[in-house]
Formats: sequence, C-alpha cells, structure tokens
Amino acid sequence: MTEVVTVSSSIEPAVRVETKRQPLPPRERLETVFEISDLEALYGSKSALKGVSLEVYKNLVTAIIGPSGCGKSTFIRCLNRMNDLVPSFKQQGTIRYHGHDIRAAGVDPVAVRRTIGMVFQRPNPFPKSIFDNVAWGLKVLGMKDGLNERVEKALTQAALWDEAKDRLKTSALGLSGGQQQRLCIARAIAVEPDVILMDEPASALDPIATQKIEELMHNLKSEYTFVIVTHNMQQAARVADMTAFFSISRGEEGARWGELIEYDATEKIFTAPSDKRTEDYVTGRFG
Amino acid sequence: MSSAEISVFARPNDRLRRRKLVGRGVELIAWFAAAMGVAVLGVLVGYVAERGASQLSLDLFIKSQAAAFSVTSASQGLANAFVGSLVLIGIATAMAVPVGILIAIYVSEFAPRSVKPVVNLVLDLVAGIPAIVVSIFIYGLIEVGHGQTGLAVSYAVAVIMLPFVARSTIEILALVPNSLREAALGLGAPRWRTTLGVVLPQTLGGILTGTVLAVARVSGETAPPLVLSYVVSQGVAWNPVHALQTVPLAIYELGESGTPSDTALAWAGAFVLIMFILVVSLSARWFAARSRRKLGGSR
Repeated sequence: MTEVVTVSSSIEPAVRVETKRQPLPPRERLETVFEISDLEALYGSKSALKGVSLEVYKNLVTAIIGPSGCGKSTFIRCLNRMNDLVPSFKQQGTIRYHGHDIRAAGVDPVAVRRTIGMVFQRPNPFPKSIFDNVAWGLKVLGMKDGLNERVEKALTQAALWDEAKDRLKTSALGLSGGQQQRLCIARAIAVEPDVILMDEPASALDPIATQKIEELMHNLKSEYTFVIVTHNMQQAARVADMTAFFSISRGEEGARWGELIEYDATEKIFTAPSDKRTEDYVTGRFG
Repeated sequence: MSSAEISVFARPNDRLRRRKLVGRGVELIAWFAAAMGVAVLGVLVGYVAERGASQLSLDLFIKSQAAAFSVTSASQGLANAFVGSLVLIGIATAMAVPVGILIAIYVSEFAPRSVKPVVNLVLDLVAGIPAIVVSIFIYGLIEVGHGQTGLAVSYAVAVIMLPFVARSTIEILALVPNSLREAALGLGAPRWRTTLGVVLPQTLGGILTGTVLAVARVSGETAPPLVLSYVVSQGVAWNPVHALQTVPLAIYELGESGTPSDTALAWAGAFVLIMFILVVSLSARWFAARSRRKLGGSR
C-alpha cells in the first residue's frame, strides 16, 4: 500500500484509495453526529430540498453526490446554519447535532459555525498574510495562548507547513490555488471544530492538488468528522466511508427539488446500489 | 473595394450604404458631445488659470483680506479664507465621514433586505436637497436668535457630504466578495468582527477615495457661508465658534467689489480652489486604482 501512495506518483487514483479505505465498523459502534429528519429547505416559496433524513457518523467521511441542482450545497450549508445568511431562506424539519436541535431557540448560529467548520468551493483566503489567515480565527475566538504553535500545528495538519514556513508573513494571495485551499483547511481546523463541512473543496483544483486534499481528509478523520459535497464520483469513491446520493425530482408546473435517493456505505453505493437511479448515476448513464 | 467584390456580399434590400451612413452620423454626434464636454472644462480651467495663475504669490497665502469697503487698504491675500475653509471643512469631514461609513456598514452588512432600498432612497433625496435649503434649515435650527458661528457652516456642509460618503462607501463594500464574509462567518466569527477584521481592511482605500472626493465636492459650496457665516472679523481666525471666512465666499465678495486688485485676488482664489479640487480628485483616483488592484487580487 505505501509505495502506491506517494503524492507525486501518477498512479490510477481509484486503485490507490480502494486500498486506503478501511472497512466500516458495525453501525452500532458508530457515534451519530448529525441526525437529520425530514429536512426541507426553501428559497422563498420554492423548495430546493425535500424530505431528507439521514445520520452522519463521527470520524467518518460522508460524501454527498448527485447532479447539479440537486441541493447538495443547500444541504451542507444547512448543517452549520450558513443558509441563515440568505435572506429568503426557510427551513423545515430538524437537524440534531449530538441530540441538540441546531435551530432551537437560543442556539446562536455563531456558536454553531464555531463548532462546525466549513471549507468552500473556491479557495477564499483572507487578503492577509499566511500566518494571519490561520491566526485571525484563533484571535477572534480568544484562543491566543500559544498562537504560534497553534498556527504551526494547523498548517502542518493541512500539509502546508513545509511549503509555507519560510513565507508566513507574505500574502496568502501569492499561494497557488491548491495551497490556498489547504490554507483554508488549516484556517478551519486551527479553531478546533468537531465537524468540517467541505463544499466541493477540490472542484477548482488540479488533480495533484485534489489528491493532496483527499490525503489530508484521510489523515485527519481520526480527529474530525467530515461531510463533503462533490460532483466527482471518483472522489467520493476514494475518500468517503458513507455516501449519500441526491437527485432531482420534478413535480407539477415545472417545480423541481432535490431529494435523498439512497444513503449507504460507499462500497455499497458504488457496487450494489439498491435504487435504479443511483445505479444509473454511478455508472454514468445519467447526470 | 471594387464593385465586383461588393456584389459577392450584397443582398437585395440590405441598404448597406444607408446603414453605414447612419452609423457614421451617430458616431459623429457622440464624438461632438464628448468634445463639447471636454471643451467647456478646458475653457473654464484655462480662463481661470490665465487670470489666476499670474496672481499666485506668497502674500496670497500669508496676508488676509482687508476690511470690507475699506478705502485706505487693499486686500493682498486670502490667508483668512484658506484657514477658515480648512477649519470648517475639516470639522464637517470629521462629522460626516464616521456617520456616513456607519450608515454604509449598516446598509451593506446588517440591514434586512427590505430596509436597504429605503435607506438608499433617503440618501439620494438628501443628496438632492439644494445647499441653500440645507443652509436655511441649519440657520433656522441654530442661528436664529444667536450669533453667527462657523460651526453652523460645518453642520450644513456635513449634511451635504453625508450622502456622498455613505453612497460611495456602500458601493465599495459591495465590491468585497461574499466568499470572504462567508469564510469569516464560517469560522464562527460574529458579524461585527467579520466587518471590522475582514471587510473594512479590504476597503479602506476605497472609503478614503469616497471621502476625498466628497471633500473636493463640498470645498466650493458657497451657500452655507453665504447664509451662516459672513459677518467675519478681520485677519486669520481659527476658532470655529465664531464666524469664519471661507474661500468661496471670499471669491464672491472680491469678485463683486469692482476694484481691479480685488478682482485679480478673486481669480487667484478661484485658481487655488480649482487646483485643490484637481489634486484631491487625482489622488482619489490613484487611491481607488490601488484599492481595486487589492480587491482584484483576492478573487
């Protein structure tokens, strides 16, 4: 296994990861992080997502796959109440985080986002130095003791330390796209969240940078729980332990919304899906 | 092009010739309109420069106007007006800029969607109020029954400046990509920390530009001093509690006096005012270009 995993090699990615993913522990040994029941997300009066119920488990990578417009991003942004920032957004159904409703009265969305971090589709480093990018969140959240060590640790975990250690004071905008995205991951993990949501984190990156991000998720999942949205099925197959397939349903008068079709172990989704639509999608017959 | 070549592309009834002519005509009219605009500016600045530049001297900046209607002494400088304008516009800027920026921050970072157009409309309306109306309003508010005070000019000028600062700041805040706000909020930073730590540092250059342009715009306002601060003492005075002389009012007075030396001084004052506005506008453009480059790099 180890000889196949060198970062610079150009081996078939699929081969590499099939061997890396460990078998899932039995369900009863998995700890539930998110318990989502009958989630409906609306923009104005239009549903973007309906009837989603699933559980996300601790220390696993859960992938959300599906065609464009099926509500993947809307779904993941519900998990840390990022959609609250969209003025017309409304939500029905419940999302429980370790048993607590994240939208209950008195729950501060700022506190939710502090616990459930997020990495976005396009790298969005602050126009500050590399160091300040990681340190800003720490300062805001009052984690100022051992600031330098915390920054170094985060950058090391995000596999950016070696490339960045000699230029910490230079602007983060001078980094390549892949490095910027790893910096965004470092920024997210520096504040020690429990969960990291990733909304198509590699879609703007080249294959080598993508591979590094995937390695990183694999190495960090013992400490964090990952939920990743991707429209790249190979990526889901490579990194995810669990995979949820979303698709678009059509109603009367051109109404369309996303819904969860199937949610299972990644192995099962890609080799023996129980729904015809999942099979069509993962075999490339649709989407 | 020979007629044989044309016939290859020609279609019946396509009136190619006529379309070309109309196109040329429209282009010409547009060119003429643009040239007119530039010409008006050029003639105006050239005229002021021709009459004013020759009057520039050290005395202009260190000596003051003589007493009004004085027959024994002639005005030799405008130091009192420059100082008065500096003090009063400075105070107005200090009042209008923080409030304007806060309005802009409220509108673009905090206001619910239904409130934004209301505030924008109000700002447009305030920007449209004639300076003389603002001045009369301030007069009625604070000067009736009291003496004249330079501060009243500052208040009026601040009211005139406010919508310009607010609107330009709103525009520059809209340039900050939302992904940056999301990045900060996604870390669990509250709104105000996001605004202060991420959004504002991005836009300082742009906000400065808007402020500087607003200063340039109001530095020639004549209505407020004309209504609120014209009973001025002689010589250079700094205390804004008393009425202070200002550059536009000095130009007005000297231009009206009829004495050749006064008229010359008025031209000099006008030239200095135009140069000030030019320099300020150019530096504002430079700041704007710089901050746009900075913003562009973040995408």
